[in-house]
Amino acid sequence: MSHSGMSLIVREVTKLVTGFIALYAAYIVLYGHLTPGGGFVGGVILACCFILTVLAFGKDFADRMITDAGAKIWDVFGAMLFLVVALVGYRAGAFFANFLPHEGNFRLFSAGMIPVCNVAIGIKVAACILGAFLALSVFRPGQVDEEKE
Amino acid sequence: MGAHATLPFVLAVVLLGIGVYAIACKKNLIKMIVGVIVTEYAVNLFLVLLGYRSGGAAPILAEGQAPADLVQRAVDPLPQAMILTSIVIGLGVVALMVAMALRIHEKYGTFDLSLIRRLRG
Amino acid sequence: MTDVLPVLYPLLGFMVIASVIAIEAKDLLSTVISVSAAGAGLAIVFLLLGAPDLAITEVVVEVVSMVFLIRVAVRRDDTTYDQARDMFNVAAGLVFLGLIVVASVYAFRWMKPFGAPEMTMSRPYLERAFTDTGAANAVTAVLLDFRAYDTLGEATVIFAAIVGAYAVLRHVGRKRDVALRNEPHS
Repeated sequence: MSHSGMSLIVREVTKLVTGFIALYAAYIVLYGHLTPGGGFVGGVILACCFILTVLAFGKDFADRMITDAGAKIWDVFGAMLFLVVALVGYRAGAFFANFLPHEGNFRLFSAGMIPVCNVAIGIKVAACILGAFLALSVFRPGQVDEEKE
Repeated sequence: MGAHATLPFVLAVVLLGIGVYAIACKKNLIKMIVGVIVTEYAVNLFLVLLGYRSGGAAPILAEGQAPADLVQRAVDPLPQAMILTSIVIGLGVVALMVAMALRIHEKYGTFDLSLIRRLRG
Repeated sequence: MTDVLPVLYPLLGFMVIASVIAIEAKDLLSTVISVSAAGAGLAIVFLLLGAPDLAITEVVVEVVSMVFLIRVAVRRDDTTYDQARDMFNVAAGLVFLGLIVVASVYAFRWMKPFGAPEMTMSRPYLERAFTDTGAANAVTAVLLDFRAYDTLGEATVIFAAIVGAYAVLRHVGRKRDVALRNEPHS
């Protein structure tokens, strides 16, 4: 996999399209309780948006957006947010209890803690898939890092 | 109508058999990974086929619909919820298998299992 | 039952044929493309069976899986591999296939027919999904409120798989591997 990116047409189209892909991912994650979707799908679509940027512009440009260590930190942050929501529900009666108001009006914030859980799962899955892709793309056979003994 | 009651399940089991044949009988590492992917497709397909109700709709409540009406018309949402997580877990497993295949190719220079067994470990 | 079957059977047949082509192809690029075509067929089958969440998920996961497979399989020094028969492998494969056939024949006898599921556990979930959780999407309500422990387990499994991939791909200083690669193959 070369580090220099792709041709001019691919780069121009990527500049136009990545914003829409990220917006679509955010829509699917946030409206997961009203339309088909949810945290898992939105997370993988958001990871696809980053993968497109890395493939079109090369790794050196994408390092300014998110690095390998940054992907791991966001991954753990998503998992911790999901656990915190579960444990806070413990105070309301049971583990994973739905403690925010959920009267069900087909609005964005009318399903209790479900949108918060969707956002946490979306961040976690996106960072996982992006981290796996970055680790696979920088792998060079035969390379030895001497300082990591 | 007897054949139509089980023929979709039979096709899913045929797909499962193809995947298991690829895992057991093929020597190329990439064909084994493809066999695992085909087995995952077969299992997900079988479980979603189990929950299908004829003439059913997706289990999403519309704006003015009563929940009792949804119970009459919807397909089973429980297999769908489990298969949704299973598909994303399958992606993680493919990433892990691809990482191991890259390491094996770095160490032995080939994907062919019969050659790898003869080289020194 | 007759409304979806005329389209379901050709799609399932397409998936079976694409999988057979993927496994028996001589070069690896055809394998990757055929298995991605089978995944796209599966996404259309999910849409026909009333599962739009699964259809979106399958399409996007198929795209990322194809990126990973192309990373490992398509190389500049690609050679075509001939598949010599090994008797132990073929015997083991036949034994497994025989077990699958026997188990499925036994299981199909007391399974419900296609299109008439039991739904003993899903009826309360469908009735109370909107009133108890406020979510109109019953699949999300099942995943994140009624069965949230399973979602926690899923997050753990994905985390473990990705950390395993990180651990395999790490570069630690091991001079043995470099020496093995640099010496001529005996």
